Amino acid sequence: MDLQTFWFILIAVLFIGYFFLEGFDFGVGILMPFVSKDEVDRRVTINTIGPFWDANEVWLITAGGAMFAAFPHWYATLFSGFYLPLFLILLALIVRAVGFEFRSKMKERWWRLTADHFIFWGSVLPAFLWGVAFTNIVIGLPIGEDMNFTGALPALLNPYALLGGLVSLLMFTLHGAIFLSLRTTDELRTRVEKTARMMWIPVGLVLLTFAILGYRQTILFEEFGIIPGTLPMIAIVSFIAVIVFMNINRYGYAFAATGATIVFGSLVVFQGMFPLVMPSSLDPDYHLTIYNASSSDLTLTIMSVLAIIFVPIILAYQGWSYWVFRERVTRDAIPRS
Amino acid sequence: MEALELARWQFGITTVYHFIFVPLTLGLSVLVAILQSFYYRTGDIHYKMLTKYFGKLFVIIFTLGIVTGIVQEFQFGMNWSEYSRFVGDIFGIPLAIEALTAFFIESTFLGLWIFGWTRLPKAVHLACIWLVAIASNLSAVWILMANSWMQVPVGYELVGGRAELADFIAILLNERLLVQMPHTILGGFITGGMFVLGLSAWMIIRNQQAEIFLKSAKIALVFTAVASLLTATTGHDQAQETVKTQPMKMAAMEGLWETEQPASFSLFAIINQEEGTSSREIRLPYMLSVLAHNNLTSEVRGMNDLQAEMEEKHGPGDYLPPVAIVYWSFRIMVGLGVVFIIVAFWGLWLWWKGKLQDHPLFLKTSIVMIFLTFLANTAGWMVAEMGRQPWVVYELLLTADGVSPSVFKSSIWITMMGFTLVYGVLAVAAFYLVWYFGKQGAPEEEEGTETNLHTY
Ligand code: HDD
Ligand code: HEM
Ligand code: HEM
Repeated sequence: MDLQTFWFILIAVLFIGYFFLEGFDFGVGILMPFVSKDEVDRRVTINTIGPFWDANEVWLITAGGAMFAAFPHWYATLFSGFYLPLFLILLALIVRAVGFEFRSKMKERWWRLTADHFIFWGSVLPAFLWGVAFTNIVIGLPIGEDMNFTGALPALLNPYALLGGLVSLLMFTLHGAIFLSLRTTDELRTRVEKTARMMWIPVGLVLLTFAILGYRQTILFEEFGIIPGTLPMIAIVSFIAVIVFMNINRYGYAFAATGATIVFGSLVVFQGMFPLVMPSSLDPDYHLTIYNASSSDLTLTIMSVLAIIFVPIILAYQGWSYWVFRERVTRDAIPRS
Repeated sequence: MEALELARWQFGITTVYHFIFVPLTLGLSVLVAILQSFYYRTGDIHYKMLTKYFGKLFVIIFTLGIVTGIVQEFQFGMNWSEYSRFVGDIFGIPLAIEALTAFFIESTFLGLWIFGWTRLPKAVHLACIWLVAIASNLSAVWILMANSWMQVPVGYELVGGRAELADFIAILLNERLLVQMPHTILGGFITGGMFVLGLSAWMIIRNQQAEIFLKSAKIALVFTAVASLLTATTGHDQAQETVKTQPMKMAAMEGLWETEQPASFSLFAIINQEEGTSSREIRLPYMLSVLAHNNLTSEVRGMNDLQAEMEEKHGPGDYLPPVAIVYWSFRIMVGLGVVFIIVAFWGLWLWWKGKLQDHPLFLKTSIVMIFLTFLANTAGWMVAEMGRQPWVVYELLLTADGVSPSVFKSSIWITMMGFTLVYGVLAVAAFYLVWYFGKQGAPEEEEGTETNLHTY
């Protein structure tokens, strides 16, 4: 395996890790107004991700930094091309973080209501827009000879990409619902579990539509042919497993199953792209590939050594922090104010 | 305005804003860790109260640092795509390492620290805040590695119009980094130190828990005194580096149009960039030679000579930075640096005399210092970044060639207004919260019971 391939895989891992982890954060933020029946519930909901959300977000920052270092052209084309959507994502991440941190600092109703809006919209927007962005990448964008995006915003808002946004939005919400069922107690937990079960069929239908249309719309399936390969099959089977596990009350397994759907679904996208990173819809000669977009071998080698040392360490202490805060968040844990 | 100018304004706004919170994080994280260490060693409940008090403010500030930092990470690609293509090989590495080795530690262990008071053994809990403090300062090292390479490019090779990495060790040991890093971090320590000192002074003036806040004031005084002295000496190192590697910047910092030997240090001047003159000057003889080369007689070159030399090397063009801004920013920074030293030692002297708590003038001055530290930091970066213009990577890439060609002017307007608006609102909210929780004083703590720093 050459260095470029290794780094393509590593960046895929970082983005997928981000979707898996921040996926349930987004879901929790989206569900917070709907599953809570009072202020205490809302606070319980937010506290389920209290110690984690920031570290989950760093997966994105790392993915961005790694992309900059390993594939500067990918980084440059992607973020200057997706200029306004990325701006919205950044704004959303800003207000969301501020919503979490500042919400309980003041008792006034308007303050907390504003924070609730920040948290909700700050979770909905990125959950949706990441789906739009990645769908657009696999559709192919008007990328010109100088590797720059030549279109304008409407080119990004095509119907299939919007459907892709809906897929990620719903999938993260389901993932978040099941996460909540593992971290809450009593009535709140019952409500969350019910929500998760109710969501399963609609989410499934949207996923199915997206996958079927994908045969026509994207570059992915030129490679796969009619019969989906192993990865899409695993994604499908794990999605079905979600409802099975929920029905036998094994929410831990159900969480692993939504996680697996996200992981393998994203893997399909990355595998389908490989070795392209930004296909051009104008001319195959203008495709950005892992070879013409990458940095020098020396940079990639140094980065590889660092990644091999640090990624396992990070996984260890991040895992430990989930272990430290493994107890469910109860209503009693919320100070009365 | 052209897209280039807009992109520059946007970069300036978002980065200056990020750097309001960053230096505070650098210093305050260390001070909170020190306060908690005092508690751990002495068991004195006052230190625990202080840890919680400053910890709470620290988390508010840290949050703003995080949310503005995410924008930094992506805006190189958004507004400066050609720059990103040019420097990716070299610039990307520190950015990626920063995330891998610093941001993950900061974010994970800050969560553990905030919510772990009730769950972790005391020593482990203390280790968490130290890890946050160390990682914060480590992140500064990495990002400065990227910046110092833009100031003084080393260890690269130009291949196909891009700067490719040739020698990683050279970049890691860039002489520029070795002077820039300590100076910036120590500037952060002054910022954190003055923050703790100023808030403690405020509490003492209001006679609210004065006895407790006297303890934090003393710790902050020692911390700030050391940091302010070292900031001045490392600043002097920086100047000597700058005159060697970026003589044009040094000349602009001094408003020096003609080469001088021995060179005098300018205290005041009215600068006219179009005519290339500085008038109504007040100059200290020999002092620029001292600043630049540490002796009384050396030559310092002026902008006219340097401009001619640059044209010879890089073709016709205007190679002068905005001189007046650089000149005055430098004066503000150095002037404030001297003020900080004086204030810190004034405080130490009052403490020695046992009069620290009943000297209102000193206490009030300390409160004002909180705001001046930000001014000093910003001014310092104005010198560094604007003095480098018109280059974005010194003598390799012009800022004008770094901008994204595919981004419309209207889009930049939207994002610039958007960020400015949101940042403005956040500034008000953060300032209000710091004031509100600052005013409340340290939370009462009982021996033997633990509560978390806060619950969301
Ligand atoms: C509280 C903050 C603070 C204080 C009191 C000072 N500085 Fe500073 N200075 C900075 C904060 C700073 C900074 C913001 O950290 C900069 C911007 C870039 C950098 O490396 O550090 C900086 C840059 C900077 C530069 C580099 C400009 C360049 O070549 O790019 C010089 C020559 C000095 N400083 C010199 C001094 C001197 C002689 C001081 C005397 C007291 C001083 N600074 C006080
Ligand atoms: C945090 C402190 C910093 C501040 C306050 C700051 C401020 C500024 C300002 C005001 C400019 C505009 C200069 C001009 O256009 O005339 C600028 C330019 C620039 N800076 Fe910095 N900077 C900081 C740190 C950094 C760091 C650490 C990096 C790199 C990692 C960096 C990268 C750049 C780039 C790429 C430009 C070119 C764009 C432009 O000229 O506007 N800056 N900076
Ligand atoms: C212009 C280039 C810069 C980029 C791309 C950048 C990137 C970031 C990012 C992504 C974060 C958020 C981390 C998180 O989510 O936990 C952050 C925070 C931080 N940055 Fe920056 N930054 C820049 C400039 C600087 C400079 C010049 C320094 C120090 C000298 C600095 C020091 C820090 C520190 C200590 C934090 C921790 C959070 C905080 O300070 O509140 N950054 N930065």
